[in-house]
Amino acid sequence: MNTELLGVIAQIVLLLVLSYPLGKHIAKVYKDGSDWMRFMAPVEKFMYKICGINPEEEMNWKVFLKSLLVINIFWFFWGMILLVLQGYLPLNPDGNAGQTPDQAFNTCISFMVNCNLQHYSGESGLTYFTQLFVIMLFQFITAATGMAAMAGVMKAMAAKTTQTIGNFWKYLVISCTRILFPMSLIVGLILILQGVPMGFDGKMKVATLEGAEQLVSQGPTAAIVPIKQLGTNGGGYFGVNSSHPLENPTYLTNMLECWSILIIPMAMIFALGFYLKRKKLAYSIFGVMLFAYLAGVCLNVYQEMNGNPKISEMTIDQRCGSMEGKETRIGAAATALWSVTTTVTSNGSVNGMHDSLTPLSGMVAMLNMQINTWFGGVGVGFLNYYTFLIIAVFISGLMVGRTPEFLGKKIEAREMKIATIVALAHPFVILFFTALSSYIYAHHPGIVEAEGGWLNNPGYHGFSEMLYEYTSSSANNGSGFEGLGDNTWFWNFTCGLALIISRYLPIIGQVAIAGLLAQKKFIPESAGTLKTDTGTFAVMTFCVIVIVAALSFFPALSLGPIAEYFSL
Amino acid sequence: MIKNLLKSFKLTLAFCAFFGVFYVFVLWIFAFVFSPNKGNAEVVELNGKVIGAANIGQAFTQDIYFWGRPSRAGDGYDATSSAGSNKGPSNEEYLAEVKVRIDTFLLYHPYLKRDQVPAEMVTASASGLDPDISPKAAFVQAKRVADARGLPEEKVMALITENTEAPLLGLFGMAKVNVLKLNVSLDKAISRN
Repeated sequence: MNTELLGVIAQIVLLLVLSYPLGKHIAKVYKDGSDWMRFMAPVEKFMYKICGINPEEEMNWKVFLKSLLVINIFWFFWGMILLVLQGYLPLNPDGNAGQTPDQAFNTCISFMVNCNLQHYSGESGLTYFTQLFVIMLFQFITAATGMAAMAGVMKAMAAKTTQTIGNFWKYLVISCTRILFPMSLIVGLILILQGVPMGFDGKMKVATLEGAEQLVSQGPTAAIVPIKQLGTNGGGYFGVNSSHPLENPTYLTNMLECWSILIIPMAMIFALGFYLKRKKLAYSIFGVMLFAYLAGVCLNVYQEMNGNPKISEMTIDQRCGSMEGKETRIGAAATALWSVTTTVTSNGSVNGMHDSLTPLSGMVAMLNMQINTWFGGVGVGFLNYYTFLIIAVFISGLMVGRTPEFLGKKIEAREMKIATIVALAHPFVILFFTALSSYIYAHHPGIVEAEGGWLNNPGYHGFSEMLYEYTSSSANNGSGFEGLGDNTWFWNFTCGLALIISRYLPIIGQVAIAGLLAQKKFIPESAGTLKTDTGTFAVMTFCVIVIVAALSFFPALSLGPIAEYFSL
Repeated sequence: MIKNLLKSFKLTLAFCAFFGVFYVFVLWIFAFVFSPNKGNAEVVELNGKVIGAANIGQAFTQDIYFWGRPSRAGDGYDATSSAGSNKGPSNEEYLAEVKVRIDTFLLYHPYLKRDQVPAEMVTASASGLDPDISPKAAFVQAKRVADARGLPEEKVMALITENTEAPLLGLFGMAKVNVLKLNVSLDKAISRN
């Protein structure tokens, strides 16, 4: 069998096999701290002590959310100040300048919300100091924020009736010390052995074989890449992310990095099952997500290995697949796999240029982010699915004439209102901003000219570039059709807005629903209860997601990738 | 609010110490001891002189060398500004550029038929720094390089085979040839004669 396909299959098998034990570990971490990483307890205690945190303090959902939002606001100022002043700070051997305020605004927001959309290029837009103390730091702590929210929701779901959902600060700290830290360390060590640089020297100067001079950017890459992948962050050390041969030098590193994207989001679903002692529910959710993921993988791998039809018409040898914007050591199949993996999660790192994907692969990438519920970001991924679970429970409750209940709690008007707002905000943000930018592009060419013309490709594909950018922002993904000239005032600002709305509105809504449900009286299961862990209900949820999320985008997708596909 | 802000500030500093200093320090020491080049990019040497980073492609234009893939990084293989073309598959301007690349490739390799031109040699890589080509893309260039160097073609072919890296464990991914290493071994073969 083709070794490229074998590589794809091996990666998926490794994910499935290892996500189960990791899920068990995560459940133990949040439930009672009886996991094997408990030797970190003294470090955690020391942190609580110097920060004045009482880890035993139980919070209700409002206090929990307040703590979450306050530390996020603090991180915003931390990041802004360091990014603008980076030119004057240490660890800057290449003498890179500070970011402009609008660029720093976009960078800061985008890393704060765990999106990692990058309107700069890592080699020249950051220093080693900001790479470590803004970018890498945010990649750890914002991933931990999402996981802490998930931990709170799990606690709320597990309890029969409760006012409190745990301690935000504690969840934040143990997510870092017991899950993200050990995993990043292991991945980092392997990457170093494979040749990913980890040093503080500036650019390396070499005289090439043909006698020219070549400068090679390097730096502490191996510290950032592991958490970039594991925390579903995706912000690359270098401009071209994991397609850069120093960020991803071998097929082995490619497998490891691709595995790292999806392992925690997958494990989170199992963790939910262990935590709630409802494994069947976890399996049915996992099944729906896996089905959607594999369908995307099959389509993209087929499309990319098949090549660009327009180049096939030139009658050259395209058996290697569509290689524009791909790397030889990675190949078409592994790039296609990554393009789906990075968009079903909110990761957004790339190992090839998505702008050059064939139209249908580009569409799958967009659709994954538009639906935004398959696996998703660490922690927040399940929360998005949770929104649709609530809606599905309500709709099926009405269909079969039973009171809508989920895990022994009645779903009522208030929860439904929140869930509906959260579910509809995402398409609204994406389509509103895409419409706005398209309108400006068509009717005010002066503004577009002044900003350098925006688009890198004409026609349908140009529209896709804009649609992709807002989709990626709103899904907190961070990948891009990078041909878009996006480091301008308009894009920095509008994407920044999309990022904020789409990170905090859902997280607030979902924690609120969980908190509200937790306070309600527990109703024991009876013959009249709608079963939520069956195959039928899983199919029902899938349908609700497809109808609400996917169909909202169908008209926009027809104007972009679908039209382009038929034009080839 | 103020109390939470103070906690946020202290906790952020604590995370800075834990990740920015401790975690980075562990990796840095490990890299210094165990990595190929003390934590810097791995290099390739010829006659005791560093002539490039092993994983970073270089621009090759002369007939006596194997060529790598088209690059959109800066003016070509600029390792301080990695970049792909970001051209969409239906972009007419881009397709015209590919046609020109095919014609140029055939001009320098007149012994090839059109359907022997590997697509990877006329499409730009993602990073613009792709150090590798497929063995097939190396074999089609062998005759040009052999003629330019006055070497027998079999010898050049043998060097390609010698420099071909098999898929991971022979099972996963594709075989590839590092262009820089191949060219270095060519230069070594010449100096041995």
